[in-house]
Amino acid sequence: MPEPYLAIDDATAGYDGRPALTGVTMHVPHGAQVAIVGPNGAGKSTLFKALVGLLPLRSGRILLHGRQPGGQTDPIAYVPQREEIDWSFPVTVRDVVMMGRYGRLGWFSRPRSADRDVVERCLDELGIAELAGRAIGELSGGQQQRVFLARALAQEPHVLLLDEPFTGVDVSAREALLELLSRLRLKDITILVSTHDMAIAAKRFDLVALLNHRLIAYGAPADVFTPAHLTDAFGGQALFLNDMVVIDQCCPGHVGGGESHRHSHEPHAEPR
Amino acid sequence: MIDWLTEPFTYEFMQRALAASLIVGVLCSVIGCFVVLRAMAFLGDALAHAILPGVAVAYLLGADLLVGALVAAVAVAVGIGLFSRRGGLKEDTAIGILFAAALALGVVLISTVRSYATDLTHILFGDVLGVTAGDLWVTGILALIVLAVLLAFFKEFQLASFDPVLAHMLGKRPETLRFAMLILLALTIVVSLQTVGVGLVAAMLVTPAATAFLLTRRLATMMGVAAAIGAAAAVVGLYVSYYLDVASGAAVVLAATAAFLVAYVAAPRRGLIARRAARRRPA
Repeated sequence: MPEPYLAIDDATAGYDGRPALTGVTMHVPHGAQVAIVGPNGAGKSTLFKALVGLLPLRSGRILLHGRQPGGQTDPIAYVPQREEIDWSFPVTVRDVVMMGRYGRLGWFSRPRSADRDVVERCLDELGIAELAGRAIGELSGGQQQRVFLARALAQEPHVLLLDEPFTGVDVSAREALLELLSRLRLKDITILVSTHDMAIAAKRFDLVALLNHRLIAYGAPADVFTPAHLTDAFGGQALFLNDMVVIDQCCPGHVGGGESHRHSHEPHAEPR
Repeated sequence: MIDWLTEPFTYEFMQRALAASLIVGVLCSVIGCFVVLRAMAFLGDALAHAILPGVAVAYLLGADLLVGALVAAVAVAVGIGLFSRRGGLKEDTAIGILFAAALALGVVLISTVRSYATDLTHILFGDVLGVTAGDLWVTGILALIVLAVLLAFFKEFQLASFDPVLAHMLGKRPETLRFAMLILLALTIVVSLQTVGVGLVAAMLVTPAATAFLLTRRLATMMGVAAAIGAAAAVVGLYVSYYLDVASGAAVVLAATAAFLVAYVAAPRRGLIARRAARRRPA
C-alpha cells in the first residue's frame, strides 16, 4: 500500500455519553475509493462528522497529507444525507453550486469570473447545466443529489465524503453516481462513501471498511466480507445460507441512531 | 381622487408617520426573510416582548426609551444564546422562560407609573402618529446600519441559513453569524417599536417575508419582494388608518396579512391553487 494520504489514528468520537466510535485506525491511500458499511447507528455518520471537523475527536487524530484538516481552504468536501437539507429554501441550483466556492472567497468579496467558470464546469460535469436557474425544491431526487455533488466538486476537494448517497434515489441515479465515481478516479480524488448497500460496496469499491462502533475489518472487499467479520458487525442479523449471506437490516438494535431506515427492509444478498 | 390620496400627507405628522412606516416596513420585511427561513419567528416575538422592561426602566429613569430598549434587546439575545447553548435547555424552552419573565417584569415596572394605561398601550401597539423628527433620524440611521450589514455579509448569512455544516467547514463561523443575526434582529425590533409596537412587530417580521417566500425562488429576490410588500402594506395601512380612524400599526399589519392570504391562495408555484393543480397532474 502506498504512503497513507488520509490517516485516521486511534480516533474516538461521539456525543455525550458512550462514544459512537472507539479506537478507529484507518489509512486511506491517495485516490482510493472506500465504502464504509455497517449496521444502523454503527457510527458511519459520526466518522464523517469527525472528518469534516464538526465533531471534535475525544482522542486520537486525523491527518490529511500529514496535516490536521480544517480551515478556509479545507480540501475535504462533504455531501450530506438528503434529510439534512432544507429543500424548500429559496436557492437556485447555480446558487448552491456557487456556495462550494465560498471557502475561497473572503468575507466581503464577491465571486470572480474564475469562480463562475468552475461552477459552470461542475454543472456540466454533472449534466445539470440546463437546470441551473431552477429552485432546488423543484427537482427530482436524483437531480437534487447531482446539485450537491456539483457543489462538492466546485470545492475542488482532495477528499470527498458521500453520506448514504445510494439511499432514497432511483436505479438510474444510482448508476449515474457510480459512473461519476469511476470518472473521478482519473482526477485523483480520494472518496469515502457510507452505504447500506453491501452489493455495491463489494463490487464497485477498492476498499471496504466494516464499522460497528469500532473498525471490525478494513481492506479489499473479499477480505472484509467474511462470515466471521459479518457476524461480528451484524450479530444475529446475518444469516449464512450455502454460499450466500443474508443480512436483515429491518429491525436494527439501535433504533433512532439518526440514520434512515428506508430501503433497509429488503434483505441484502451478497455473493461470497 | 388625487386629493383623496394627497390629503392625509398635508399634515406634517402624517408625513413623518409615512416615512417611519416605510422604513419599518422595509427593514422588518428584509430581515424577516431570515427569520422565516430559519424558523426564528418565536424568537422574534420573544425578543420584542423582552424589550418591555428595558423601555420601562428607561422611562422611569427619564432616559431615552430607544437606548433602554436596545440594552434590553441585546441582553436578552445574549441570554437566550447562553441558556440554550451552555445550560442544556432546548432553545424554545429558554426563549419561553425569558420571554414571559421579561414581559411580566416590564408590566410590573410600568404599572408603578401613574399614566400607566396610555403608556403601555403606546408601547404595545405603537404610536406612529407621534413620531418626532428626532425619532425619524434615529430610526433611519439604525435601519441603514442593519440593512448595510445584511447586504455586506449576504453571502455568509445565506450560506449559514441554508447549510450551517458547510458554513462551518468553510470557516464561516455559523455560530458568530447566528449571534450577529440576533443582534440585528434586536436592533430591528427597537426601531419598529414606535411604529407597530411590541405586540405587532413579530407580524411585520414574518408576514411580508412569508408572502415573498411563496412568490420567489431565490433569497435575494425574496428579500426584494418582501421589502416591496412591507412598504406597500405601510402605505395602505396608513391610508386605512387615516380614513377609517383606526390604529395605524394594526392597519399596517392587516394590510400585510391581506397580501399574504392572496399569495397563499394564488402564488404561481407554492400557492394553494398551483399545488392542487400539481397534485391532480400525474407525476
